[in-house]
Amino acid sequence: MFSQGNKSSPHWFNLVRMLWASPQSDSFEELAMPLFDQLYNFAHWLTQNREEAEDLVQETYIKALKGFSSFQPGTNFRAWMYRILRNTFLTSRTGLRATSTVPLDTEADGPELAVEHDSPETILMRLTDSKALQSAIDGLPVHYREILLLCEVEEMSYQEIAESLSIPIGTVMSRLSRARKTLRDVLRLQFQKG
Amino acid sequence: MVCEAWKEKLDTYLDGELPEEEMRSLDAHVHSCASCSADTLARLQMKRSIQATGKRFAPSADFRRRMQQSMAPKPKLSFRLGWVLATAAVAILVAGALTTSYLGNRSGRDHVYSEIADLHVATLASSSPVDVISTDRHTVKPWFQGKIPFAFNLPELQNTEFTLLGGRMAYVNQTPGAQLIYDVRKHHISVFVFQERSLRTGLDENSLSPKKAPYNMETWSQGGLRYFVIGDASAADIDSLAKLFRAAAS
Repeated sequence: MFSQGNKSSPHWFNLVRMLWASPQSDSFEELAMPLFDQLYNFAHWLTQNREEAEDLVQETYIKALKGFSSFQPGTNFRAWMYRILRNTFLTSRTGLRATSTVPLDTEADGPELAVEHDSPETILMRLTDSKALQSAIDGLPVHYREILLLCEVEEMSYQEIAESLSIPIGTVMSRLSRARKTLRDVLRLQFQKG
Repeated sequence: MVCEAWKEKLDTYLDGELPEEEMRSLDAHVHSCASCSADTLARLQMKRSIQATGKRFAPSADFRRRMQQSMAPKPKLSFRLGWVLATAAVAILVAGALTTSYLGNRSGRDHVYSEIADLHVATLASSSPVDVISTDRHTVKPWFQGKIPFAFNLPELQNTEFTLLGGRMAYVNQTPGAQLIYDVRKHHISVFVFQERSLRTGLDENSLSPKKAPYNMETWSQGGLRYFVIGDASAADIDSLAKLFRAAAS
């Protein structure tokens, strides 16, 4: 799915090795490898497939290493890596398919309403496992899924999310609000269906 | 401000992203309004559930190994046909230098392996193997605060066969670190956590113990910290505990 990735071919493997011989590689490894687990987790949530997630992470590291000279020290490296991963995903076949049905952000949203009496949050508290939540997050449009994960799982600030997704902070806030509302609605529906 | 207006800001409040003055005002309101307080609690519960569920996928050991191998530095060598003799001479020098460097690295690695094994054995032989005795990770983890120059996470052990016995300080290369002692089916396992930069041993990302070592050991680097899991338990148990630590640290 992703152009470089192929377990049977060592192409990406050799390419990374070749790039790795550069003098900058030590500092890149120092910065990039601690992010390996969390980037993989994010990639798997985006692609919803183990092999595609591996290909996506591989391609992200290759691109990041190639472009490392353009990274400005002192700026946010984590946001830079997530931006590369996400852009790589969005231009992949899976990413294009996932985003083709996502509605654009609108500014016409009404205010966030109070949580209803039998809210999904209280439903959640009664759940003995998180399967319902997993499936609800999986079913979210990719733009909502990614922003929720960056905020709640990666615990990024709004500024960092804005840098990772290349969107203004105002859009981060409105999109996050819609993502949360959609998730609550999905969970409520799941619970009503029983 | 009426409650509905406050409720619009609750998520931003919980994200810690409201301006300071609004944070204080909303904080005061939440403490005095039962409805907003319940709503805040519900949203906080939702945040925590998403956080727990979101940390769901871990890279496979095979993928991790492939990535680490791909990142191993490889020196470039070039040849010119007209310079065969000179190149051969250089090659001998390069080979000599590389061998020395390799042996140096291996010696550094072996040194750390034996230090870790020694620490583990010394702990088991000690009359007071742990400085903080507790099966509760929420007691053991805070005990290290102020004693070591970093923080780390301890895994949840519910539904596993591992039991936390306690923790103690450990030193390698004059560097302070944490040692946690676990029990699994009467076998004791030590988990050591040190700052990666302070070890400077050239350890591979996922080095395993030398083949002739009397203990099973697994080591890896994560978030700037170097972890060692060592014990006479089976390699599978060592690996299971290592996976729990990896998941807790990610």
